[in-house]
Amino acid sequence: METILFLAPTEADGTLSQNALETLGAAKALTAELAGSSLIAGLVGATIQPAANQIAGCGATRCLGVAGTELAQSRYSTDAAAAEALAQAAGATLILAPAGSRWNRALPGVAQRLGGRVDTHVTALAAADGKPAITRWYYRQRMEGTLTRTTRPWIVLLESGCAPAWSGDAGRATVENIPVALPPLRTSVTGLKAPPADEQTIRPDAKLLFVAGAGWTKKQADGLAHAAEAEQLILGFLKTAQASLGSTKSLVDLSGEGQAVLKFMTHLNQVGQTGSTPRHPKGLATCCHGEEPHTVGWRFIGERRAINLNAGCSWAQGKADVLYVADAFAVMREVNRLLAARPS
Amino acid sequence: MPSYHIVVCGSLVPDPLQTLEPISTPTGPALKNEMMLPAMLDPWAGHALFEAANLAKQHPGSKVWLVALGPKAKLQQVLMTIAQKVPFELVALDGPASGFAESAEVAAALAGAINGITGLDKTRLLLFGGWESASRGTGTTMQMVGEHLGIVDQFQGVDQLTVRSDGSFDILERVEGGKHQVSACAGAPALLGWATGNLPEPANNPQVGMLNMRTAMPALQRAKPIKVTNDGVAFAGVSLPRQRRDTRIVKDLTPDAVAREIVEWITRD
Repeated sequence: METILFLAPTEADGTLSQNALETLGAAKALTAELAGSSLIAGLVGATIQPAANQIAGCGATRCLGVAGTELAQSRYSTDAAAAEALAQAAGATLILAPAGSRWNRALPGVAQRLGGRVDTHVTALAAADGKPAITRWYYRQRMEGTLTRTTRPWIVLLESGCAPAWSGDAGRATVENIPVALPPLRTSVTGLKAPPADEQTIRPDAKLLFVAGAGWTKKQADGLAHAAEAEQLILGFLKTAQASLGSTKSLVDLSGEGQAVLKFMTHLNQVGQTGSTPRHPKGLATCCHGEEPHTVGWRFIGERRAINLNAGCSWAQGKADVLYVADAFAVMREVNRLLAARPS
Repeated sequence: MPSYHIVVCGSLVPDPLQTLEPISTPTGPALKNEMMLPAMLDPWAGHALFEAANLAKQHPGSKVWLVALGPKAKLQQVLMTIAQKVPFELVALDGPASGFAESAEVAAALAGAINGITGLDKTRLLLFGGWESASRGTGTTMQMVGEHLGIVDQFQGVDQLTVRSDGSFDILERVEGGKHQVSACAGAPALLGWATGNLPEPANNPQVGMLNMRTAMPALQRAKPIKVTNDGVAFAGVSLPRQRRDTRIVKDLTPDAVAREIVEWITRD
């Protein structure tokens, strides 16, 4: 029997993100699976009433909130204080929260304050033998473990795309405002730094991840490197296909070393061992080479295709659904032409 | 100009090019032949160490400590590769560096070691580490260490730290969508979990290596044994994912035909 706290930050407009709704869906399902358990909602943000109304029909026995202008900003000291207060007010034994930079930063410290434990990057949540059990990856997505804990409270941060989002009727919810003593503020968030919209290459919501490998910068059949054309082809494809860009480590390292390579490529694009493991329905890898460890960047990609001159490429063999043995420059030139010719 | 006491928390991980295989042991999951696997400093902890050394160099009077928990023999092996990179003083803890070790217990051990550093001025403390490890990969240990030490100005996924002349600083943290959140902090003490940062790996410097090893070897000899019990956690299993897909190799299509097939595929719902 668990007291489950669904704990989420609100967006700028006071509503909940898609990932938060997925976590609520998982929390509701788990509450039903664990006999005698109850669900409580906890909301944090500058404005929380819209979120409370949004999930009014979720079946939570209570809706707790901490609201204030200081909580508009994603900041450790205030977020941790708010989450700690909500966990204590709820008497939560299990705290389910959406993974994201904000909660990933704050909730591990909250677990320490509460004398509990925390698991992040959780990809599945279920009841096993009447106890909650989670699944997460170890060694950078190279092995998967399932575990349960007896220590409470237990904080679980659920990754996006791992559970169906809760959907239900909105209503008028009554929020119990929980008082919080915030610490002196020594940190202020002054803004976001992002490439201009037309130069943004990372699109988490894109249907397709386009992975570029170091092969784009190597000498081609004419004995010359064509980095400028590679840039043009890749950026052109990203724009027309609205794809997100990933890269192998070798390619971003080349960029970092100041070589004449793809200027828009940064470490933020890197997928794999020391990069990200993005989630997209489809992935297209081009000119990528690498042994098994580097392919962890593919772990959460649904359909996978690759273009490579080497039919035995270890990046693609056994990891992609289709491997096209072809010149990526020639293929992507034609892909861009076909996409541009499509009616909008 | 401010000067800092910079403590970097970092441990070792198996070389990423090694094949890893999980096994079950009476104390929980482990890696097959774990002690035989070549090890390296955790990549993000390495970035934190290089950023710490660079910051200390720019702010005379600063000092860098590396607090590392791992099997003593493996720590010594890893030191041989990193000691020539940048100057630091080692504080070693002899215990597991496993990805299955409980982060709360690791954090308590690290915090205890930091509290034991002679001459550490916590008003000038910058606590660095990787924002995640390449082993457990939870991104939870540093926050807990910070809580043990009472540091509530914490930043994760840091790619840039810019110190102003008054000791305050601006920080870029990775957030969703390939963006950075920009924060201004009044100054030390603060905790920064580094992502990649902006620095290349420093070249080896034998003089730095000799200087580091003078203090590192005694630090290894007096490394305090740490036992991680993993109390309260029970693994139902750890396994390798199914790796193989039945890859269809397409060798005989022209680039134009491949392009048509790809466009049809990516535009299909």
